Amino acid sequence: MRGMNRRTFGLMAGAASMTLAAPMIARTQTKPRVVVIGGGSGGATAARYIAQDSENAIDVTLVEMNQEYTTCYFSNLYFGGFRTFESITHSYDRLASGYGVTMAFAMATGIDRDAKTVPLSDGSSVPYDKLVISPGIDLIYDSVDGYSKEVEGDIPHSWKPGEQTRIMKAQLDALEDGQNIVMVAPPNPYRCPPGPYERISMFAHMLKSKGYSDSTITILDPKPKFSKQGLFQAGWEQHYPGMVEWLGPDVHGGIKGIDPSTKTVMTDLDDFEADMLTVIPKQKAGAIATDAGLANDSGFCPIDPYTMKAQGNDDIYILGDASIAGDMPKSGFSANSQAKVAAMSVRHELIDSRMFPARYSNTCWSLIATDDGVKVGAQYSPTDEKIASTSSFISQNGESAEVRKETYEESIGWYKGITTDMFGTT
Amino acid sequence: MRELAPSTRMELQRGGKSPEQEEAEETFPREEPMRHRQGGKAASTSVVQRARFIAVAMGFVGLYLSMAGAVWAEPANGDVERGEAEFRNCIQCHKTGPGTGHGIGPNLHDVIGRRAGVLPDFRYSRALVAAGGLGLAWTAEALDAFIANPRQNVPGNRMSFRGVDDPQKRADLVAFLATLTGEAQARAVAVSDDVDGPATEIGASAMAIEGDSAYGEYLAAECLTCHQATGETDGIPGIVGWDRKVFIRALFEYKTNVRTHQVMQLMTTNLGDEEIAALAAYFETLDAQ
Repeated sequence: MRGMNRRTFGLMAGAASMTLAAPMIARTQTKPRVVVIGGGSGGATAARYIAQDSENAIDVTLVEMNQEYTTCYFSNLYFGGFRTFESITHSYDRLASGYGVTMAFAMATGIDRDAKTVPLSDGSSVPYDKLVISPGIDLIYDSVDGYSKEVEGDIPHSWKPGEQTRIMKAQLDALEDGQNIVMVAPPNPYRCPPGPYERISMFAHMLKSKGYSDSTITILDPKPKFSKQGLFQAGWEQHYPGMVEWLGPDVHGGIKGIDPSTKTVMTDLDDFEADMLTVIPKQKAGAIATDAGLANDSGFCPIDPYTMKAQGNDDIYILGDASIAGDMPKSGFSANSQAKVAAMSVRHELIDSRMFPARYSNTCWSLIATDDGVKVGAQYSPTDEKIASTSSFISQNGESAEVRKETYEESIGWYKGITTDMFGTT
Repeated sequence: MRELAPSTRMELQRGGKSPEQEEAEETFPREEPMRHRQGGKAASTSVVQRARFIAVAMGFVGLYLSMAGAVWAEPANGDVERGEAEFRNCIQCHKTGPGTGHGIGPNLHDVIGRRAGVLPDFRYSRALVAAGGLGLAWTAEALDAFIANPRQNVPGNRMSFRGVDDPQKRADLVAFLATLTGEAQARAVAVSDDVDGPATEIGASAMAIEGDSAYGEYLAAECLTCHQATGETDGIPGIVGWDRKVFIRALFEYKTNVRTHQVMQLMTTNLGDEEIAALAAYFETLDAQ
């Protein structure tokens, strides 16, 4: 999109949609069809908004492997004992019954871009006029030497929700006083920048609330700094003095790998042996996107900042963690925000509904301890280069307990809000 | 072994990557105050002071408050003047003059003794209508219990207010509310009716625009990530069905730091008159469920 401003792009997109939409409708004599792959924050939101706002003028199919969706966000609060597993798990029923979305519980095995169909694991295939992909991330297990999918049951990453979430909770609950946790944190860019550190906070909260005084938690981080670092480190000092230790590359000198059999992490500085070891490896866009050739060398997918279309594609949109969304972090809030821009573009091109300038926003709340919530947020606008941050805020150290409690309560409201926004009202 | 002297570790941590490398790896905004506004600091101080005051007040009354209404202290004697001052926290939402209509919340004129959820021209939550149907009436005692914790007292009601912990302040408020009867016009009324006031009022530029509801519907998607379309509140206020002027005024108050809330101040920075008018027009059409 370099060298093209929004207006000229809109004109071209409009022209393209006319030439595409007319023969398509003439050919099939059916409603335009949208297929959405991935029922998370990006995909579920896109499916709902396209179906709802087109008032039945567009057929929407949502392809999703799982019958239920467990959110990654607030899974840390499950570890900390603030939420149940059930409370972070949601049904797709309302998307079907309330908004007319067709649910296809299967795995999309590929994308046939010439035939414009998505083959599914059950042998069927779904045709599309517009395709929205929101596949989330895949883990590059061997980015940490010695780590593999085979050992994830013993050394959980829990960076994809579901079974992994339960495994990690069981391991945490089984720890005894004096036993230690070691986390290998991920390199940028990754899903949920404050997530590993909120997770550490919730681990510490659990150990503290059980009265443990001899257990320690060590974070071995390939990054020299991390999201909300000042807030987390001040919080750890305040709530869990002496329990949490963060070591950046300047201290450990480099993470050489792990020995899964002994749960040991080898670094240039020393070997770290854990009773509970968790590794969050490097990440890339979900396989469906990379297999379709939509990712670049970074492992993620470039997009058009004005529409969330896959760069160079007029009929494929990419949302959420899999996309390269400029200054936006990989978060559920971001994916939800991007989905609304994509939904508007899809409707505009298929049924000529009104197109408004794209707007994006994000806020990430993190819980450090009981009633001690912090947040960071920003607004973004599309430019020819990227989705660019226009203004931002972050919680401050020294805020009153009352403000922190309000921030936590607000995060609960947000969780209810975004899950209602994604899955519809019950 | 793995233990390093703390001082050594600190030095090691401080050494480091070049600023360019750090920039490249930073995916989040840096830790600095709202850099796009200047008035924020003074305004947020008052919030902190208020929070400190509430914290101190809670310390005094904490014990029996924690019993959540099971045991109430001896009813305190309310002071009308103090109550009127306290009521300034309520006037964002509640009007008090006879025949002056409603704000976000119902008009509180003649509230004492009134059955809950009965004013014909106000859209109450189902919860409050049901509570009224089951016999809830706003006696001084009932108001005291409600104001202490609205969400807990009538679960499912839409009043976006945390509650007043201090029993003396509640008594003062109830004493003030008791004066809002007959033709009596409390002094606070003049303030609460500012939404319909002179042209110099905040947000007048947006109020003069006829909002584009379709544009508002698109913009509203950004709000609905947090604020529920049903009008339900779960730690975040419901914003559906508001009078458009009240809505516009609230957003302008965030824009100009009269109200301080980091997320809302951020969300309103990129909203101009046209956007705010459009949002107000759209949300006014939604019905709370």
